[in-house]
Amino acid sequence: METTKLPPSSPSSPTTSFSVPSAEKVDGFPRRSMRRARQRRSHSSSQFRYQSSQVELTPLPLLKDAPVAELHDLFCKKLQQCCVLFDFLDCVADLKGKEIKRAALNELVESVATSRGVLIEPLYPEAIKMISVNIFRTLPPSENPEFDPEEDEPTLEASWPHLQLVYEFFLRFLESPDFQPSMAKRYVDQKFVLQLLELFDSEDPREREYLKTILHRVYGKLLGLRAYIRKQINNIFLRFIYETEHFNGVAELLEILGSIINGFALPLKAEHKQFLVRVLIPLHTAKSLSIFHAQLAYCVVQFMEKDATVTEYIIRGLLKYWPKTCTQKEVMFLGEIEEILDVIEPSQFIRVQEPLFKQIAACISSPHFQVAERALYFWNNEYILSLIEENCQVILPLVFATLYRVSKEHWNQTIVSLIYNVLKTFMEMNSKLFDDLTASYKVEKQKFTDATPLFSSVDSMNQFTKLITVNSSTT
Amino acid sequence: FSRCAAQQRHSVTATVSKMAGADGDDSLYPIAVLIDELRNEDVQLRLNSIKKLSTIALALGVERTRTELLPFLTDTIYDEDEVLLALAEQLGNFTMLVGGPEYVHCLLPPLESLATVEETVVRDKAVESLRKISQEHSPVDLEVHFEPLVKRLASGDWFTSRTSACGLFSVCYPRVSSTVKAEIRQHFRTLCSDDTPMVRRAAASKLGEFAKVLELDYVKSDIISLFTALASDEQDSVRLLAVEACVSIATLLPQEDLETLVMPTLRQAAEDKSWRVRYMVADKFSELQKAVGPEITKNDLVPAFQNLLKDCEAEVRAAAANKVKEFCENLPEDNREQIIMTHILPCVKELVSDTNQHVKSALASVIMGLSTILGKDNTIEHLLPLFLAQLKDECPEVRLNIISNLDCVNEVIGIRQLSQSLLPAIVELAEDAKWRVRLAIIEYMPLLAGQLGVEFFDEKLNTLCMAWLIDHVYAIREAATCNLMKLVEKFGAEWAQNTIVPKVLGMANDPNYLHRMTTLFCINALSEACGQEITTKQMLPVVLKMSNDQVANVRFNVAKSLQKIGPVLDSNALQTEVKPVLEKLATDTDMDVKYFAQEAISVLALA
Repeated sequence: METTKLPPSSPSSPTTSFSVPSAEKVDGFPRRSMRRARQRRSHSSSQFRYQSSQVELTPLPLLKDAPVAELHDLFCKKLQQCCVLFDFLDCVADLKGKEIKRAALNELVESVATSRGVLIEPLYPEAIKMISVNIFRTLPPSENPEFDPEEDEPTLEASWPHLQLVYEFFLRFLESPDFQPSMAKRYVDQKFVLQLLELFDSEDPREREYLKTILHRVYGKLLGLRAYIRKQINNIFLRFIYETEHFNGVAELLEILGSIINGFALPLKAEHKQFLVRVLIPLHTAKSLSIFHAQLAYCVVQFMEKDATVTEYIIRGLLKYWPKTCTQKEVMFLGEIEEILDVIEPSQFIRVQEPLFKQIAACISSPHFQVAERALYFWNNEYILSLIEENCQVILPLVFATLYRVSKEHWNQTIVSLIYNVLKTFMEMNSKLFDDLTASYKVEKQKFTDATPLFSSVDSMNQFTKLITVNSSTT
Repeated sequence: FSRCAAQQRHSVTATVSKMAGADGDDSLYPIAVLIDELRNEDVQLRLNSIKKLSTIALALGVERTRTELLPFLTDTIYDEDEVLLALAEQLGNFTMLVGGPEYVHCLLPPLESLATVEETVVRDKAVESLRKISQEHSPVDLEVHFEPLVKRLASGDWFTSRTSACGLFSVCYPRVSSTVKAEIRQHFRTLCSDDTPMVRRAAASKLGEFAKVLELDYVKSDIISLFTALASDEQDSVRLLAVEACVSIATLLPQEDLETLVMPTLRQAAEDKSWRVRYMVADKFSELQKAVGPEITKNDLVPAFQNLLKDCEAEVRAAAANKVKEFCENLPEDNREQIIMTHILPCVKELVSDTNQHVKSALASVIMGLSTILGKDNTIEHLLPLFLAQLKDECPEVRLNIISNLDCVNEVIGIRQLSQSLLPAIVELAEDAKWRVRLAIIEYMPLLAGQLGVEFFDEKLNTLCMAWLIDHVYAIREAATCNLMKLVEKFGAEWAQNTIVPKVLGMANDPNYLHRMTTLFCINALSEACGQEITTKQMLPVVLKMSNDQVANVRFNVAKSLQKIGPVLDSNALQTEVKPVLEKLATDTDMDVKYFAQEAISVLALA
């Protein structure tokens, strides 16, 4: 039976699990709430609570009709009007007021986007105040505490009809040719940015999309905030990895970082290397990796392209966190390794080839055919193949026994034929080494099993060689 | 690093082999193997070996453990987290193995490294072990060895070491000189305003614990300002931890200081803009109430509690609803009733028809407790309508929570007041489409039967109990069987003989073999409670007859039943009636029937 205790568990709540011993993480909230919402609202918002008294809105004259002398004053009044918040959970409440605000927001967006000379200094604090009042709020508890971003529909923000226009206004404001960073930096400060970052936990993908673009612009235009933004993103990630394992906006933040990394100066600062080793690599351990893996792998590869010397950290890091039971993640790791190998420098490759190919051999012998298949596809990549060929003396002995054994044992026919292909490739690369390994494998094998050794005679060995040739030509 | 570690390993292994060789004694050989496994490539082997670390240390002796094993372990800090966790745990119990309290400080270097790793589980375990061995340090060693370690951690570069430091201040503070105490307070202060929220969270979560070991003057001067600062942190995850600390701090302070030092912050937390902080206040409400005492409760907490019960987030309302009974119980007795009736009950009434089912079911789990506090008249007049409304709630969990707490009301007004509404509610739950709901109500049947009495039961509930026996879900049939046993224990063998045994035995002729098996399961459960006579005269003949059943499952369950009821029967019945049937079943064509018949024969010693 469900218990009646009802702990909150929202994406951003500092929740921890009962089952994980690390649960004595600092706050004592169980991660998985036991509640199961019966009738799910698809909208949620806790914004309206702080409305002190409902103000009746009256429509103001249109901006486009205003005489130039009164334009700024009217603009300012409209900004103030838009600071009034409405209850969107009650969809019929104050429809007139909602419409007036919507129209005003539309006008503001339009005006900032199209007319020049609107953004004068006194408007900055008013604009930022309007934006803050509307977007900054404590995100409501998740409707579905076991929210799985891959399976479940996200809870959408109920006040989106207004919120979207506010975000749109903010974006246009930042992108306006009149925008002056020197004026904005007084109002868009560290506290503002911190609140902006917290909103990335929103379950509503539309909101996160806007936030992503906006943060990117802020990062681009307000240079003084850059280091602070990076540090706070670090903190969000560390909390996600080691404390809550829940944050909806990881993918969006990584996407921004992807382009930030691109712009790092060389040689890489210690701060940036630390970010790679202590934040980006451990992010691979997250349970929800699949949601942001593409963006994460992109960041990792960006780092390598910037500075090849980080390659060894990256590969050894991935090997350390290699998934032990989750095959779906294993396939993602293999994908990332291939992306890395695609751009790896041969000198760096030599430094990691040994541990790396031990892991690849382990993947090839995985009973899960997708894992084995993903690993075997490496041999279809020309650049990787050239690296393997150059280092055949090291790599072939590492993988030979596995290939040999799996070619005999694997249940999946596709895997077997892929392996025959790989064996054939090796045979062509270095037939002498291949024969030596075959012979010594046979000796080893006989030492351990008296019963039915794999190759009891030279004949069957020739058969094996023939089999490789036949099978590989058919696939 | 790794080369140095390798040498170390080599020397440890070499020592052991030498010892083994010199004594011409092979008994150390296993130890050499264990040490060898500490560096095996297979994590599982390393882990096994680490778990036997005390054996290794014992074999090496205290001297070699200190000079060789510990430096070697300090170097393995770059291992898998799982191995590190085991190591961190082991080292907490190593004091005697390094030569007792005099040498306990040798354990600090490896634990210090472990307290800085990224993985929270490992770090927490290292801190736990450090806290443990801190008690084994002499005051001098504490200042010479332990306190410098805490300082190093507190000023570490990476947040992990600073987080760990937060948990160590309170264990060394009481036992060091006043100069060192001042330094410790300074370090704690620094961490409370650390740059990273992770460290501030760790500091906030240890604030209460640290306050407890501080002198009262410093609680007032230092802790209060830290508390106030953390309670208004920019991150709600920090603020909510300050609420927890609030309980400890309020307990430490004299009543007259609470109003000025604690209450402003607590009031602010109860109205925090983040629902998580308000949730925390609601969740800790009973503790807070006890900590601040009756006067402040009356003036401040009652309105705060009302607000939490009316909060806009269901999470917060539910947490507060869970505390309704405890809060009311702990109100000062002189005007408890008046406060409840005028301030709390109106909010409770609203919650009964809350839009969120979790809020309603949280309330339903405690609301019955109010009847003992308010007494008979108030219960009948004010609470009864609420109970009745909840008994009709659309959500089965709410109804169940009411039914499962009926005993509280029974003591005050007697359950009869409710029986009119109770019955339809029970019947509806008994037929709920979800089998888990049916299962839950079955579990309350014995309790209900006890409170409603045998007559009411026979009249209204007996049919339900029998209907569950033919439920299509096995778990329900099983629970129903167990329920019958409990009812017989309550109402006695005679009642069983008249009301349920005939019905149970009647099912032996049912065309459905699952129902026939249910007869056997019921007999298994009931024979002991019914006693020898009923078992021998009424049940045994039915069981024996079923040994000819067409379905093998029924036949082997006959064998199992006979084994089960055997001890209740006399030896005559066993020899003349049971034995022949079991012998026949032992030659059955079905393998399982044979097996269970033979088992029964041997258990009952009939061979």
